[in-house]
Amino acid sequence: MSATHTAADVTIPSDLAEARRVQTQIEDALQACRYTEHDIFAIKLALEEALVNAVKHGNQMDAAKRVEIRYSVTPERFDIRITDEGPGFNPGDVPDPTAPENIERPCGRGLLLIRNFMTEVAYHGRGNVVTMSKVRNGSGA
Amino acid sequence: MSSPAPRRRRLEVEDIGDVAVVNFVDKKILDEQNIQNIGDDLFRLVDELGRRKVLLNFGNVEFMSSAALGKLITLHRKLQSVQGKLVMCNIAKGIMEIFEITKLNKMFTIAADEPAGLQLF
Repeated sequence: MSATHTAADVTIPSDLAEARRVQTQIEDALQACRYTEHDIFAIKLALEEALVNAVKHGNQMDAAKRVEIRYSVTPERFDIRITDEGPGFNPGDVPDPTAPENIERPCGRGLLLIRNFMTEVAYHGRGNVVTMSKVRNGSGA
Repeated sequence: MSSPAPRRRRLEVEDIGDVAVVNFVDKKILDEQNIQNIGDDLFRLVDELGRRKVLLNFGNVEFMSSAALGKLITLHRKLQSVQGKLVMCNIAKGIMEIFEITKLNKMFTIAADEPAGLQLF
């Protein structure tokens, strides 16, 4: 593995401390590829939101369930696929948190932030798999 | 389990006139329990200590997730309900983007820095 291309496939229990370790590894890889501070902030935020969703909402913090994280960092782009063992969801069912009737609701902003901070976001299967990419110098950068 | 671990201080509160100026100790506002504790400390300022003017200084905060936004919204509402006011200042670029994307920048009163924030009360 070269210093400028990191790829890994890790499976963790439904534990946010474990997720945090993977987040640190990814941040180190982004730093090694000299991503800008803004891109690193964007990726860290999307990761935090997606991993909390997988562990808390997907796997319901069930210690017997796992989260699979497959990611790749190159100087050009960051790609990640996060799979939980939860029932999944339909992103279209999540109310728009910026609508006036929802603006004071305390939750529901994670998906919106992911969509805005990443270049590409897609949900697969029953909604328990999310893929996200950040293309450097791409749209949304 | 024995008694819970002593709580770490998460906020520094300084009184400037009748404004409670709040600085966050942590550089990252993450983790449900941490956010819960920060929320409890912020709400105590209003509910128990009777503060009506609160200036949140984000100067020390480098990173924050959406989980913290609910607490800020609740604090804003609490202060509104007692004719108080919440102002935020010194917000890093990335965190400001979070407020803009979620349109909370329209709900919250935001100032560039602490002196400008104090002027808004």
